[in-house]
Amino acid sequence: MIGSSHASSRRWKRLLLTVVAIMALTMVVAACGGDDDSTATTSSGTSSTATTATSSESTATEAENEATTEATEEPAATTAAASPTAASSESSPAADWEPRNVSADLTGSGASFPDPIYQAWIEQYKSVAPDTTINYQSVGSGQGKKDFAGNVTDFGGTDAYMTDEEMTASPDALHIPTVLGAVTVVYNLETDQPLQFSGETLAAIFLGTVTTWNDPVIAADNPGVNLPDTPITVVHRSDGSGTTSIFTDYLSKVSTEWADQVGSGTAVEWPVGIGGEKNPGVAAGVQQTPGAIGYVELIYALANDLPAPAIKNAQGNYVEPSIESTSAAAAGALADLPDDLRVSITDPQDGANAYPIAGFTWILVHSEMTDQTKAEALTDFLYWALTTGEAQAAELHYAPLPDEVRDLAIDKLTQVTVNGAAVFEAP
Amino acid sequence: MQHADAVSGWERLRRRTRHGDLLFWLIALSFAVLVVGLLVAIIAVTWDGSAAARHEFGFGFLTSSTWNPVKNQYGALPAIYGTVMSSAIALLIAGPIGVMIGVFLAEVSPSRLRMPLSFLVELLAAIPSVVYGMWGVFVFIPFFRTWIATPISERFGDAIPLLAGPVTVGRGMLVAGIILAIMIVPTIAAVSRDVLSVVPTHQREALIALGATRWEVIRHATIPYARAGIIGGMMLGLGRALGETMAATMVIGNTPRIEGSLFAPATTAASLVASQLPNAGSEMHSSALILVALVLFCITLVANSIARLLVWKVQRGSGGKA
Repeated sequence: MIGSSHASSRRWKRLLLTVVAIMALTMVVAACGGDDDSTATTSSGTSSTATTATSSESTATEAENEATTEATEEPAATTAAASPTAASSESSPAADWEPRNVSADLTGSGASFPDPIYQAWIEQYKSVAPDTTINYQSVGSGQGKKDFAGNVTDFGGTDAYMTDEEMTASPDALHIPTVLGAVTVVYNLETDQPLQFSGETLAAIFLGTVTTWNDPVIAADNPGVNLPDTPITVVHRSDGSGTTSIFTDYLSKVSTEWADQVGSGTAVEWPVGIGGEKNPGVAAGVQQTPGAIGYVELIYALANDLPAPAIKNAQGNYVEPSIESTSAAAAGALADLPDDLRVSITDPQDGANAYPIAGFTWILVHSEMTDQTKAEALTDFLYWALTTGEAQAAELHYAPLPDEVRDLAIDKLTQVTVNGAAVFEAP
Repeated sequence: MQHADAVSGWERLRRRTRHGDLLFWLIALSFAVLVVGLLVAIIAVTWDGSAAARHEFGFGFLTSSTWNPVKNQYGALPAIYGTVMSSAIALLIAGPIGVMIGVFLAEVSPSRLRMPLSFLVELLAAIPSVVYGMWGVFVFIPFFRTWIATPISERFGDAIPLLAGPVTVGRGMLVAGIILAIMIVPTIAAVSRDVLSVVPTHQREALIALGATRWEVIRHATIPYARAGIIGGMMLGLGRALGETMAATMVIGNTPRIEGSLFAPATTAASLVASQLPNAGSEMHSSALILVALVLFCITLVANSIARLLVWKVQRGSGGKA
């Protein structure tokens, strides 16, 4: 008996030692690996967050961190910041406007693309209206629309505007654009000059009709560039996403062949290529494969310093994707802007500097609300977001709305009613 | 009469469950019922959610290989093929390795190595699948693509369609199978070790008495005795491989097409549902995805039932100690 208990206690000690040894080993490995990761993906990751930096939500986390630090460090500098919209902030009627500090709980769900900036806005809005609590969950545009239509949430977020069918189900839905997103093409090819593409070329590549990089179609877009005969590998998103929606919508507009054979949507039947999970999955696939081409969100490309080729717009100019050229796309599509703001702005017909693969992201609000305090809180928050919040969009790599569109969005807020009475008046 | 019956029935229950046992009995019963209720609820939800797709496509859903969310045409065959094939590859690789580890731990290993090794093997099972997926994407696939897949497909690709190129990104069926294999090795090893260590000593001693070597003892006494349990462990591993979502999604290439080559991208039922459901474009799209989930549920149900049967068999075979 004594012998066996002695033996078992020795066994426990040994187990404990093993556990400690393994934990130490794991930490060492994690530390080494972590350093590699942070340098490989982005310079802004600190060593403690290095492991999350490679996860699929890397951009989200970083952008959010950035946002919160900026929000806490310089709360007063917000209106002066962000050069692209500085002009609009000056003319902004928000200067002496204060949101009503209503005690309300607002919940929203939807698109993951604008999640970092929404979280930053929500965090900052706490200091403006401390009694209003807002909760936004990024569950995807499709689920966001469902939650909104089923009255599970007070507002929805979506990268794809509601279809006519969905509008019949919830006819009082208002589409309020918040920021713009753009999709950039990424490729992995050693050339003496950076490449540029026209829409027709991209369609041919993603249809699989152009299979090598020295194809005359690509050469026509890139005069004077020495193109190797490397085979092309297409990498696309495998998850349903607004990024795919914008990209395929663009290809459908510039290529009838694409529109007939594939079409557009959050997920499509890709004729060729391989699927990657989210932006990091696509980016990793492209970076690891010579001759690969794919598409990612502009935000992701900017945050990870991926080269972003210029795309030919409807005016015939090759425009590099940037925050300014994305905003220019919205301005270029003004002529086609319908009253309800449900519009795709890919391939805008006007705007010499418009980047053609861009789109709005919207917040969905009911025009007939039942709860007065919620309605007041929501409209005030959105007005604040469209004015003060919008001024910081560029810092988080989001393209802000052009002034004309922002005014139309604010106009939508005045249409929100409770029992027939408007709850918000633009100052 | 009826009243008296009821009282005596109540009395009987009370007698049987005296001293606070009744409370415990009720709590335990409610949890047991909860599990059954949960299962029923899951089946009901998937059945109900997939109604539109079931009516639209019927049994043709299982044999069609179109997956076109734009035209709302769906078929589950690529997902079924991908799920079964990647799990089969995983089992083919992990089965022998897992059993070898089990044999080593139970029979051959010096006792001072046994504990740390068992612990390490079980630690493998505790690693989250997203970590396996990341390791696959950033470490294993670049290595596999350059040093294994490309040379193999160049040399044998023309002769053997299963190994045909192009390898391109490297993500595909075989990589998914290998990653899944790594993930299920611990399950198979742990179960094998357990069933091998309960093989009665006299079985081994009898063979040793006949002058058998250690290998012959393992080959002719222990493994045959524990065979059913080992197969049960493999089926448990298979169950995990069939339902694995994250790691498979990250490394398989997510292409709902059936291609002959093992180096070509494919998809699995779990990864298809996980990646497309949150942003499903239409009602029919989400309905079809839920139907894929239901199909996957049936596949895993069959695999788990077989595992259960085999575990029962080994319990009988080794005196209820497995």
